[in-house]
Amino acid sequence: MTVLDIDRAGRVYGSGPLGVSALDDVSLRVRAGEFVAVMGPSGSGKSTLLRLAGGLDRPTSGRVRLAGRDLASLDEAGLAAVLRQQIGFVFQEANLLAGLTAAENVALALELDGVKPRAALAGADGLLGSLGLGAVRGRFPAQLSGGEQQRVAIARAVAGGRSLLLADEPTGALDALTGESVMGLLRERCAAGCALVLATHNVRHAAWADRVVFLADGRLAGETGPAAGPECLLGSVR
Amino acid sequence: MHGYGLKTEFEAATADVWPLNVGQVYTTLSRLERDGLVSAEADADGQKVYEITGAGRDELRRWFETPVPREVVPRQELAIKLVFAMRSGMADVAGVLQQQRLATVRALQDVTRLKATAESNGDLAWLLMLDGLVFQAEAEVRWLDMCQARLAREHTAAGRPPQRAGTAEPAVERSS
Repeated sequence: MTVLDIDRAGRVYGSGPLGVSALDDVSLRVRAGEFVAVMGPSGSGKSTLLRLAGGLDRPTSGRVRLAGRDLASLDEAGLAAVLRQQIGFVFQEANLLAGLTAAENVALALELDGVKPRAALAGADGLLGSLGLGAVRGRFPAQLSGGEQQRVAIARAVAGGRSLLLADEPTGALDALTGESVMGLLRERCAAGCALVLATHNVRHAAWADRVVFLADGRLAGETGPAAGPECLLGSVR
Repeated sequence: MHGYGLKTEFEAATADVWPLNVGQVYTTLSRLERDGLVSAEADADGQKVYEITGAGRDELRRWFETPVPREVVPRQELAIKLVFAMRSGMADVAGVLQQQRLATVRALQDVTRLKATAESNGDLAWLLMLDGLVFQAEAEVRWLDMCQARLAREHTAAGRPPQRAGTAEPAVERSS
């Protein structure tokens, strides 16, 4: 099932001769359970693509459909509701609320979906436990390591069974091994059926994806096809 | 330990990435014995059993304490290909870069999948080897990015628009 369908989307900032094209005729489809990484140099359009996918910005041409629904057909309230229910965001900074514990941060996302506080907290506990974060549930963000904070932020982003996860450099400030554990967690969410789009500069992290899509100057500049399988590689090292 | 036992243990410890020729193992052991780094005694079946000597331990310690030498100028087909792509005018340099980037990222995806399996099997030796391959591939991709950025800057400095990957614009030409 296609979760995200970006269909020939373009985004021009400004107008007339001063208009700057940030994204030009880009199409991208992401299925449930699929992990797509978007790579490209600074200014290549990665963040613009993610903003369009997440409804934070609207395309000036083309369409963005979420679970078959054209985001342009929704009014502000309808859009906000769809985005809240369907999409989780993970950014470079975990942005947890300092006055709330890890579990309360996750529970807040569920409460915004209309879950009663007690049930939300129980749901948050269950989710943190399933993500291997049960031990930190009662800690405040300042008491968590960078990697733990980011994993709690991912728990918050996926709480409530969102179908699409959008991640913009979620491992930026983390060391290599901690970054890898965050990628492992994102990968697990895909195995659980979530669609994931990761924008990153880090090719090691992009390599966790099923497909890697390259942007250059706002346009698609190639993509890795389906995996060739480890045999071709093993031939060269084993 | 017998020579054959050494071979199998070495291969197991290095996750079979570095297979040894058994003849080479015995040649090396004889040389080590000649240099006093190992001693050998025949067992009941007349097979040689090797043991490391004090001098051998000193040599081993030195080996641990010395960094592995880097190849000073590794053979780089890719670098040569890029240089000729630029000079010949026969190839789309951005296309060459992008094609290589895609191939390397694809290989990196494969290694990353192998790592996930190694991790769940607790295969530490294999995992370390795979990590090495990951960082080598990453280095290559970052180098390709650097090449592309440098070429783009040269184009801009020459008053030409930067080349876009995959387009059929003529390659950077250098009059020689």
